Amino acid sequence: MTGEQRMDDALLVVLLLADATIRVATPLVLAAFAALYSERAGVVDIGLEGKMLAGAFFAAAVASSTGNPWLGLGAAIAASVALALVHGFACITHKGNQVVSGMAINILVAGLAPTLAYAWFRQGGQTPLLPGEARLPQIHLPGVEALSGIPILGPVYRELIDDANVLIWLTVLLVVATHWLFTRSRFGLRLRAVGENPSAVDTAGLSVTRLRYQAVIITGVLTGIAGAYLSTAHGAGFVRDMTAGKGYLALAALIFGKWRPWPTLFACLLFAFTDAVQVRLQGVPLPVVGVIPVQFIQMLPYVLTVLLLAGFVGRAVAPKASGVPYVKER
Amino acid sequence: MAQDAAQGVTGRGFGRPGEVPGWVGYALLPLLNLLAALVLSGLVILVIGENPLDVLALLVTEAVGYPEAIGYTLYYTTSYIFTGLAVAIAFHCGLFNIGGEGQAYLGGLGAGLVGLALTGWPWPVAALGAVVLSALFGAVWGAVPGWLQAKRGSHIVITTIMFNFIAAAIMTYLLVDVLIRPGSQSPETREFDPGVWLPTMDRALGWFGVAIPASPLNLSFLWALACCALFYLFLWRTRWGYEIRTVGRNERAAVYAGISPARNIILAMAISGALAGFVGVNEIMGVQHRILLNFTGGVGFVGIAVALMGRNHPVGIILAALLFGVLAQGGGQVSFEYPTVNRELVMVIQGLVILFAGALENLFKPRVEALFRRRREWRGGGHDGGTAHG
Repeated sequence: MTGEQRMDDALLVVLLLADATIRVATPLVLAAFAALYSERAGVVDIGLEGKMLAGAFFAAAVASSTGNPWLGLGAAIAASVALALVHGFACITHKGNQVVSGMAINILVAGLAPTLAYAWFRQGGQTPLLPGEARLPQIHLPGVEALSGIPILGPVYRELIDDANVLIWLTVLLVVATHWLFTRSRFGLRLRAVGENPSAVDTAGLSVTRLRYQAVIITGVLTGIAGAYLSTAHGAGFVRDMTAGKGYLALAALIFGKWRPWPTLFACLLFAFTDAVQVRLQGVPLPVVGVIPVQFIQMLPYVLTVLLLAGFVGRAVAPKASGVPYVKER
Repeated sequence: MAQDAAQGVTGRGFGRPGEVPGWVGYALLPLLNLLAALVLSGLVILVIGENPLDVLALLVTEAVGYPEAIGYTLYYTTSYIFTGLAVAIAFHCGLFNIGGEGQAYLGGLGAGLVGLALTGWPWPVAALGAVVLSALFGAVWGAVPGWLQAKRGSHIVITTIMFNFIAAAIMTYLLVDVLIRPGSQSPETREFDPGVWLPTMDRALGWFGVAIPASPLNLSFLWALACCALFYLFLWRTRWGYEIRTVGRNERAAVYAGISPARNIILAMAISGALAGFVGVNEIMGVQHRILLNFTGGVGFVGIAVALMGRNHPVGIILAALLFGVLAQGGGQVSFEYPTVNRELVMVIQGLVILFAGALENLFKPRVEALFRRRREWRGGGHDGGTAHG
């Protein structure tokens, strides 16, 4: 084996890892940024998991019945927004406990999705496997052939950038747009204000309730997209418990990112990278320790979360009014 | 009148204490919440194409309609009492323990290790050992997130959720690679020596000449009831319980009263974990007689619903645990009868109950309380109504 070949192989491994990282990170980023909107506006959302699961189920169910993944995406968003509105109704209108409401939504959907899947498709709580055209498409870029001769750039373009799912591109846009929104736009600054000091916003003549509902609806839209990504872009159909804790990981990423867009993105990529490594490490003997049991590798992201939250994050300072219902002064 | 004016200034229009009979808060409101949850569940049943009333009738019959069913229902109730108490004590300290699932799982490991080790010993020794070790394992699994919350500021909700996942991974590893019965394909341990099994209720009552049909209901039910009494005594009759409740009500006031929030957070989470761990005694020593995968099946999450419905009080928790026992047993049976209904329907009802009894508790409360206030004013003539609200 020549040196050049070995380098190519190494590059390919790195690229495959990066590719896997991006694919796993996409739903995490969508969900974490979803929570960013509602938590910056002062509404804690632990119900990401449930909303994603609802999105995943309805996307797959509608895509499977109509054959159209875009209708599926629409259904996912609708279902997820509906749940977000329930959360808003409980937490904003009725000033209920936000963590309890989120947990209720998680448990409700964990039951509802398989119940409906079971009744509608009779496949033991799953939806049928989706054919290619009922899944959200990948975007094929021109110039793969032309660039393939160039070292590094060619393989990077071919493996990473070309044929990425349309939702991955959407997520990239979302990250940039969110950063802009929270630093430059009037709406974003108002959202931040309503999470820090709602009575000041109220005094300025803006409706706290309205702003918080808007934030919660954006959360619903994004978690719906995250769910649709799981079942109609990354996967090919809904399976039971498909989110597998991603909603909670996204929330941890948000806290680790201290409720700011770029650090949150970084945290999501870190979790996704751990997951990508974890898949590659399974069954591979390591120096000194030998083969690590697969269960220990699988719990890596969770252990990492605990350690990060306990140690390296510093005191995470949540938006000041986060989790506190706003009671207008009488 | 001056007092009324002061209350008006501080903005306590709704829910003024002493104006609404106690049973409204403890009975009427939970029932209204439950009713709302059931109505929505009925809608879900309609959507999947069955008659909600038929399903409900079958559910109740299969849960309490005959002695054997009652045994099964009480067996589920036992676990729900443990996790309900676990969630409740954390609530009293101002903490939300979502980790009951993982704590119960590890509690089962503790109980199971006792069962595996004590072959040939009399069952009371094994039962005592299982109670101690399951409490210890569960307590550790609860206290670590408590410590992280108290000392490192990690959000307890996130940490306990992560600990659920970590517990699941550890248990899978132990059952697949370490504790598995040699030569077996399925990841579970060997069966314990029948001598150390926790006696079932039918066997125990048989010693006194009372005959009831066989069911998984075992002596841990009595331990669950004892835990309810101990829970009450601890929380409302001891200094430690008082400190925990003080921290839960107002951490800053606690500090000024010389009470350490950190110490009490860790203590409350340890007790919470221990209570959840007792699920292992019921499931592993009482029913399964071996350690197996996923025997908890969501009891930790049901505990949240039980604590919320039961208003974090042992009596309420027993009643709520009974309700969820009925749902679990009846729901399981319904899924056998109806091809379109599966067990997850029970989770839908649980989720809705948590939503209405927990997050939406203010949905009916102001209206119902206002109704009672109006009625009192109307009935009481001018003694306060005329002046305060005139």
